[in-house]
Amino acid sequence: MSNGFKKKMASELSQLLIPLIALGILILFNLIRDPRFFSIGVAVNNDGNSVLTGNLISIIDSASELAIIAMGMTLVTAACGGQDISVGAVGAISGAVFVKLVQAMGGINAGTFAAAMLLAILVTVCFKLFNGTLVAVFRIQPMIATLILYSCGRSIAYWINGDATPQLTSPILTAIGMTIPGVPVPTPIFCVLLVSLLLALIFRFTNISLYTQSVGINQGAARLNGINPILIKLLSFVLLGVCVSVASLIGISRLGQLNHKTLLVDIEMDAILAVAIGGNNLGGGKFKISGSILGAYIIQMLTTTLYAMKVSPVNVKAYKAIVIIIIVIAGSPVVKEKLRAIWKRLKTGRVARKEVA
Amino acid sequence: MQNDVVLTMRGIVKTFPGTRALDGVDFTLRKGEVHALMGENGAGKSTLIKVLTGVYEKDAGSIWVEGSEGEAHIHSPQDAQNIGISTVYQEITLCPNLTVAENMFIGRTKGSRVNWREYEKRADELLSNLGIPARARQELSHCSLAVQQMVAIARAVDMNCKVLILDEPTSSLDDKEVEMLFKLMRDLKSRGVGIVFVTHFLEQVYEISDRITVLRNGQLVGEYPVSELPQVELVARMMGKDLDDLADLEAVGEKSAGSQEIVYEAQGLSSVDCRPYDFSIRRGEVNGFTGLLGSGRSESVRAIFGADRVTGGKVKVRGKYVKITNPHDAMKNGIGYLPEDRKRDGIIADLSVRENIILALQVMKGFFHPMSKAQMKEFADEYIKALQIKTASQDTPIKSLSGGNQQKVILARWLLTHPDYLILDEPTRGIDVGTKLEIQKLVLKLAEENMSVTFISSEIEEMLRTCSRLIVMRDRKIVGELTGDQLTQGYVMKTIAGGEQ
Ligand SMILES: Nc1ncnc2c1ncn2[C@@H]1O[C@H](COP(=O)(O)OP(=O)(O)OP(=O)(O)O)[C@@H](O)[C@H]1O
Ligand SMILES: [Mg+2]
Repeated sequence: MSNGFKKKMASELSQLLIPLIALGILILFNLIRDPRFFSIGVAVNNDGNSVLTGNLISIIDSASELAIIAMGMTLVTAACGGQDISVGAVGAISGAVFVKLVQAMGGINAGTFAAAMLLAILVTVCFKLFNGTLVAVFRIQPMIATLILYSCGRSIAYWINGDATPQLTSPILTAIGMTIPGVPVPTPIFCVLLVSLLLALIFRFTNISLYTQSVGINQGAARLNGINPILIKLLSFVLLGVCVSVASLIGISRLGQLNHKTLLVDIEMDAILAVAIGGNNLGGGKFKISGSILGAYIIQMLTTTLYAMKVSPVNVKAYKAIVIIIIVIAGSPVVKEKLRAIWKRLKTGRVARKEVA
Repeated sequence: MQNDVVLTMRGIVKTFPGTRALDGVDFTLRKGEVHALMGENGAGKSTLIKVLTGVYEKDAGSIWVEGSEGEAHIHSPQDAQNIGISTVYQEITLCPNLTVAENMFIGRTKGSRVNWREYEKRADELLSNLGIPARARQELSHCSLAVQQMVAIARAVDMNCKVLILDEPTSSLDDKEVEMLFKLMRDLKSRGVGIVFVTHFLEQVYEISDRITVLRNGQLVGEYPVSELPQVELVARMMGKDLDDLADLEAVGEKSAGSQEIVYEAQGLSSVDCRPYDFSIRRGEVNGFTGLLGSGRSESVRAIFGADRVTGGKVKVRGKYVKITNPHDAMKNGIGYLPEDRKRDGIIADLSVRENIILALQVMKGFFHPMSKAQMKEFADEYIKALQIKTASQDTPIKSLSGGNQQKVILARWLLTHPDYLILDEPTRGIDVGTKLEIQKLVLKLAEENMSVTFISSEIEEMLRTCSRLIVMRDRKIVGELTGDQLTQGYVMKTIAGGEQ
C-alpha cells in the first residue's frame, strides 16, 4: 500500500475509529459471554418462507428505523448546528396520515399503498418545512423550534385517526415489515440500504455535502460565496422529513398496526445519540453519514445485548446511558488529543530505543 | 542568565502532522525592550508564541522566565498569565456577543460575586486612556475590526505583566491607531515590560523595535540589534535570498487606467450600511477606495457585491441594467469579492484547503454540477503553486495554516473564478513583504488581461503603486476622486484628512 493511500485511509477512518472500536468491543464481549451469540440459523416462518434468524439479523433488522432517521438527523445537525427532537412525534403523524389514506381508499393494494405513502411523505415534509422555516428564517434554536411538534405531534396523530389502533393486514405490509417471500433477509435492512443509496446518489450528483458543511461551519462566509443558507437548512429538514416518513412506514408494517402512542417512541434521543456516537459534531459543520449509521447499529446492539443478559427493561435504559456516555467521552476532542499525545510518545520512544539498540 | 533578561527559550521544537513548524529555535527577551519577531508567512512566529503561552505543548526545548525558579512549566494560557505573560493573538479571540467590558475582564474577575458595574467603570477609564472609541457596555460585535483589535490589546495591557506579546496587532489599524498603540508600547517599555512584536510592516519595526529575531522555515536565522540590520538586509534574511534577487521585486509594473468600456456602473447605490453613491469602473482599470477606518470604504464595496442588504440604486453591468441583491447575483454577473475580515467572512475553518479554494467556483457552476475530485485537485494544486501557499497538503484544514497563508487561500478562491471585476478588501493583510509585492504585481497583470480591480488597503503606498484612480471617503461620503498627478502620498493624506478643497 502506498504511503499516501495509507494516510488517506487513516484520516478517513479517524472519525470512525472510536465507534468502530466500540462496536468491536461489543462484539467481542458478546462472543466471550456466549460464543453462539452471533450464530445465524434458518427457520420457517408462519407464511412458510424460510428466513434467517439469530441475534445479528435481529439487531441489524430492528435498528433500521433508527438508522434511517439518524441519516436525516445528521444533515439537520450539520446544517443547523442543532437537533430535531420531534422526529418520533412527526413519525406518528406520518403513520396516521398513511393509515387514514389507505383506509379511505378502501384497503391496501399496490396503487393505494404507493399513493398513501407519497402523500404521507408530502405531509411529513410540510411539517418539517415548518420546523425548517422557524430555524432558517427566524433563527430559532432547532431544539426549541421542534419542541412544539415534539409535544403536540402525537395529539395531531390522534386527531387524524381517533383513538383506535387500526389493524392492517396486507401482504404488502408483511413484505415491508418482515420479509419478501423467497428472500431470507428482513426487508427493513434493504430499506436502510435503499435510503443510503439514495443519499449517496444525491451526494454524488449535487453539492449538498459541501454547501451543508460550509453553512454549518461559517454561515456568513458561505453566504458571501453565493450559497443561500436558508435554502440549505430547509433542504436538510426536507430530507429528514422523507427519512422520518419512511421509518414510520417500516414501523407500521412491522406490527401491522398503528399505535400513535408507541410508534417510533423515544427515537429522537437515540437518533441524536447515533449522530454523536458516529463522531459528528452536534454543533454542526463537518459530518459523516456513515458514522451515524454505525452509531445506530451500536445503540441497537447494546440494547439487544442488555436484553440477552436478562437485564430488566427498567434497568436497560440506565446501563445504556452509562455505556453511551463512555463512548461519547472516548470520542471527545479532549480525550482524542490525549490519546494522540500518548501514541506519539510511544512511537518516538520506540524509535529512540531502536536507535540505542 | 543575565539579569536583564526576562525570558529565554532554547531549542524549541514543535511539529504538526506533516510540518516541522519550529526546529530548535532560540529566543531571548530583555527587560524594557521591544523585540520584533520577523519571518515570512508560515515561518513559525505564531507557533513560537503559542508554545510560549501554553496553547501548544512543545515537543522539545526549555523556557525560563525571570522570577520563577528553574524551567517554567507552561501548559495553558492560564499558566502563562499567572507568571506574567499576556498575549494578543493574531486571530482575535474575543467573544463577539459579549460586551466590551465583559471581554476585557472575563476570566480575570476575583471572587465569586462579580460587580460588573465596577468593572464597567474600570473598562471605560482604560478605554478612554488608550483613546479607544468604544464604550464598556457596547456589544463587541457592533465594533469595527480595528476597535476589536484595540479592545484585545486593552485586555492584555490591563494585567500587570512582565512580558507582552503582540502578534500582528497592527494589521487592521490605520496610522493614527498605530501611533496610539506605539505610545502605549513605549510607556510599557519604560516600565520595564519586555514586548514581543510581530508584524509584516517593516517601517513599524524600525520605528519601535530595539532588536529583531528572524525566523525562516521554522529555523532561527539570527538575532540582531535594529541598528545593525538595514531594511534590505532584513528582507533578504527573511526570504533567504541574496540582495541581488531583491532588485527586481521592487519594480512592480505599469499602472493601468483601463480601456473605454465601462464594466460596472452604479447610480445611487446604497445599502443598510452605506449611503447612496455613484461609481463606475472601466475594463482593465485598477482603482481604490481610501479613507480612514470607519470612513465607509468597506461598506461601499460590500454594497456592490450585495454582501449587506441593498436598499436602493441602479446597477449596470457591461452596459445592461441588472439586479444585484445578494452575493450570488453579483457572482453571476462576474463580480468577485475578497472580504476584509478573513476569519469571520472568508475561511470555512474546518474544511480543507482544497475545498476552500474551489468553493466560489463550485457555487458558480451550480448546485447540480459538482466538480470531479480530480478537477478540484488540479485547481487546488495550480493555485497552491502559483501563490506559494504553505500547507502540509490539500487536505489540511485551512484553520491550521498560518494567517498569511489562509489569506492566500481566500485570494486563490476568487482568482479561480476569473471574475470580470474583482473587489479586494485588504488582500495583503497579514501577508509578508515579498508576497505583498507579488500580489501587487499579480493585480497589475490581471488588469493587463482585462480584469477590472478595486483595491482597498490601509497602506496608501500599496494603493499608489497599483491604482490609477483613488476614491477618497470621509464620514461615509465620497469626498474626492484622485487621478494622475494627484496620486502622491502627501496629496492623498491631505484629501483623506480633509485639509484641502
Ligand atoms: N494547528 C496547526 N496544525 C497544523 N499545522 C500548523 C498548525 N499551526 C501552524 N501550523 C503550521 O506551522 C507553520 C508555521 O505557522 P505559524 O502560524 O507559526 O506561521 P507564522 O510565522 O505566524 O505565519 P504568518 O505570518 O502567516 O502568520 C505553518 O506551515 C503552518 O501550516
Ligand atoms: Mg502568524
